Amino acid sequence: MANLELISQQLVQILKRQKADYIEARLEENQFSSISYRGKQLESISKTLSIGGNIRALVKGGWGFVSFNDLENLHDKVALAINQARFIGKEVSQLAETKPVVENVNASIKENPLLIPLAEKKRLLDEYNELIWSSSGIKTSNINYGDSHKKTVFLSSEGGFITQERSDVTLRAVAVATKDGEVQQAGLSEGSLNDFSPIRKLHKQISDLSKKAIDMLSAPTINGGQYTVVLDPILAGVFVHEAFGHLSESDFVYENERMKELMTLGKVFGGHHLNIVDSASRSGLRGSFKYDDEGTLAAKTYLIREGKLVGRLHSRETAAKMGEQPTGNARAINYRHPPIVRMTNTYIEPSDCSFQDMIADIKEGVYAKNWYGGQTSMEMFTFSAGETYMIRNGKIAEMVRPVMLSGNVFNTLMNIDAIGNDLDMNEGGGCGKGGQSPLPVSNGSPHIKIKQCLVGGK
Amino acid sequence: MEKILALAKKFAEEAEVFLTSSEMTPVQFESNRLKNIQNKQSKTIALRIIKNGKTGYATSTSLENRAELVDSAVATAEFGSEAEFQFPSLQKYPRIEIFDAAVEKVTIEQMKQLGVELISRIIKYSPEVTCEASVTKATYDCSIINSRGGQANYRQSVFGLSIEGSLIRGTDMLFVGDYDASCHPILSSDTIAKTVIRQLERAKNQASIVTKPMPVIFTPDGIASSLIIPLMSAFNGKTVLEGASPIGDKLGKQVFDKKLNIRDDATIPYCPASQPCDDEAVPCQLTPLITSGTINNFLYDLQTAAKAKTKSTGNGHRQGGLPTPSLHAFVITPGTISFDDMVKNVDEGLVVEQLLGAGQGNMLGGDFSGNVLLGFKIEKGEIVGRVKDTMVSGNIYQLLKDISVIGSDVKWINGMLNTPSILFTNVSVASH
Repeated sequence: MANLELISQQLVQILKRQKADYIEARLEENQFSSISYRGKQLESISKTLSIGGNIRALVKGGWGFVSFNDLENLHDKVALAINQARFIGKEVSQLAETKPVVENVNASIKENPLLIPLAEKKRLLDEYNELIWSSSGIKTSNINYGDSHKKTVFLSSEGGFITQERSDVTLRAVAVATKDGEVQQAGLSEGSLNDFSPIRKLHKQISDLSKKAIDMLSAPTINGGQYTVVLDPILAGVFVHEAFGHLSESDFVYENERMKELMTLGKVFGGHHLNIVDSASRSGLRGSFKYDDEGTLAAKTYLIREGKLVGRLHSRETAAKMGEQPTGNARAINYRHPPIVRMTNTYIEPSDCSFQDMIADIKEGVYAKNWYGGQTSMEMFTFSAGETYMIRNGKIAEMVRPVMLSGNVFNTLMNIDAIGNDLDMNEGGGCGKGGQSPLPVSNGSPHIKIKQCLVGGK
Repeated sequence: MEKILALAKKFAEEAEVFLTSSEMTPVQFESNRLKNIQNKQSKTIALRIIKNGKTGYATSTSLENRAELVDSAVATAEFGSEAEFQFPSLQKYPRIEIFDAAVEKVTIEQMKQLGVELISRIIKYSPEVTCEASVTKATYDCSIINSRGGQANYRQSVFGLSIEGSLIRGTDMLFVGDYDASCHPILSSDTIAKTVIRQLERAKNQASIVTKPMPVIFTPDGIASSLIIPLMSAFNGKTVLEGASPIGDKLGKQVFDKKLNIRDDATIPYCPASQPCDDEAVPCQLTPLITSGTINNFLYDLQTAAKAKTKSTGNGHRQGGLPTPSLHAFVITPGTISFDDMVKNVDEGLVVEQLLGAGQGNMLGGDFSGNVLLGFKIEKGEIVGRVKDTMVSGNIYQLLKDISVIGSDVKWINGMLNTPSILFTNVSVASH
């Protein structure tokens, strides 16, 4: 294995001698293992070792970036990055001030997936797959398990030298049922930071998948239109991520005058009960870390407080250009990419409404649970439920086919009518942006109620 | 590579070594101006072995740690799936031109000029638009050797040009954009600039639409964002083998409208999706999928083909893991009616250019449902303006059974789909 320590020391010396406004280097070593099942059989099992690094240079506002697997000729790579930056640079470089940190951050890994033998992981997944297949009516199943153990070194020309380590585990299981040419599926996504053990405790949830997929086959399709919709914490978490989170990433805003107008701090986005937070400093979640990929300390950032826009997510450059504080949200999925502004753990803070009170006055509405997918174009969003029930006369009634919800973020946030008291974080998601996907994030919310939400259907 | 193969053969009956390396140079523009230039070099070596009849797999970014790579592959083989195929022996590959040395020679200055020119044309048309653009050149090298004497290698060049423009007025947002790629350098921004300007022109006014079934024209981009994902999955030999493809038992039967012809084609010269061989050294080919509405073939890699007792169609692709069947480029045969004539014949309808979130529903069953991100209203044979807050949904199997018109206007989408516009008479449209 390459000696990252030694190479880091070489780089420190190289960076000292360069002429650029700012230079950083990241080195990374990642061990990855994956096991996947398709149908009754194990389909693939593999181990990957990836080592690489990158150099990023800033000269007069222009950025150069070089990424590589071979850790030779580092001097040339640094020179290339600087030349690229110099080719562009015509303005003044702006980076928000942060204190250069020298720190070796030890991950507190509870049950390290790297140390669990493949045979044991496979035994667990075999159990899960058998649970899915124990119901009749199941046509096929999919299970994808992966764990990655990553060590990164961050170095900067300002003197920063940070070593961090993290272990990320994900599991996705899907049961597919068919009947008379109809196909329905139910899925589960779970993830965990620095601990394999949550992956061991999913027997009950996984055995429910088959029943749900089979029940969906005989469930009716809802009539499309506007409904009062109650979202469970998982789906509401996807909603806050897709519908609002991406808007608060300031790389979309900082050089776009019209977006700046739209996203003026103090603007009212929702009711007094609405508080939205992004926090990498909340520990133990998949979007948690101590320092971001620019070496900035993670923070808890209020995006919306009492319905008003109060903050946004920044890299050092976007913060400087907007005259705001850096928030530690510059993240890169791996060494092949430069860091860009990303979410971490994003959630709606709990309020005081119980679930029973929330649905009590709904004559006919929709209870949408669980997550299938989501997409946003800033203004418009779509996201799809994994499971859907009707609400009738204040009670959860019959199951219907999973719905897709769609809308305009500005109206929809205003239409949040009630916020529950039962915050729950979803660890099964991954976020894609700028060709960097899936980045580990988590999102969450209590149950929320939205008036006049557009539901796709017949 | 040979050393790894030799070492692996000491521990396993069969082995295959796959090496890719790439160098990519993206020149990126943000907020209408040049922002960053990147150089990305990457190398991956993958070892697949068959030991006691089972498949083992490991990859690494380093050619140096041979013993570790072989150890990892051996460790996974203990639990691996049963290998039912054989690696291909040495064979003849079709001659497909996919490398143009001119791509590497394009200078950063030229790439910059291309981007500057493209953005300035858009801004000249509409000064309020904010553009992000990228101009990218890349070279890929691929080599495969296996223990049955099979051996293949090729080099490919790719040049790409893309732009996304946003126009924001209050909370109203319009997104336009286009992308083009080729194994030749693209030295003119003309085609893309025209496409984007046409999008802006059509979206100048807003139009309202009522909730009802109506004629809908899916443009090539519209087809890419709605209909094609379910079809990709339905023709995947693996989906067929599992019995989850709705057309899996319809080989030789007419399932779609007679006007519909689709093929998967890896043999088009200078197309980024073309290759002489797939990622397991099987020769690539042109595979007819639908001829006059009748299902001809499904797409296979070695392992899936062996299980289905058929032959690989040269569609084994690796996306970081073991090979799995995947399309090269879907080509839909165009008709004879132009897009403008299609529009002329619609009294009240919709043009769908981009659908948001269409791939999220019950994809296997062919259902799609999405929010119209970019779409236009047709009134009395003319495009009158942009439509918003509108959902389009349907089932591709029902729609493709009854096609009204296949257009003559073909376009490449992401180098993976070549299609004309298609008009359906009766599609469900819902609006606020």
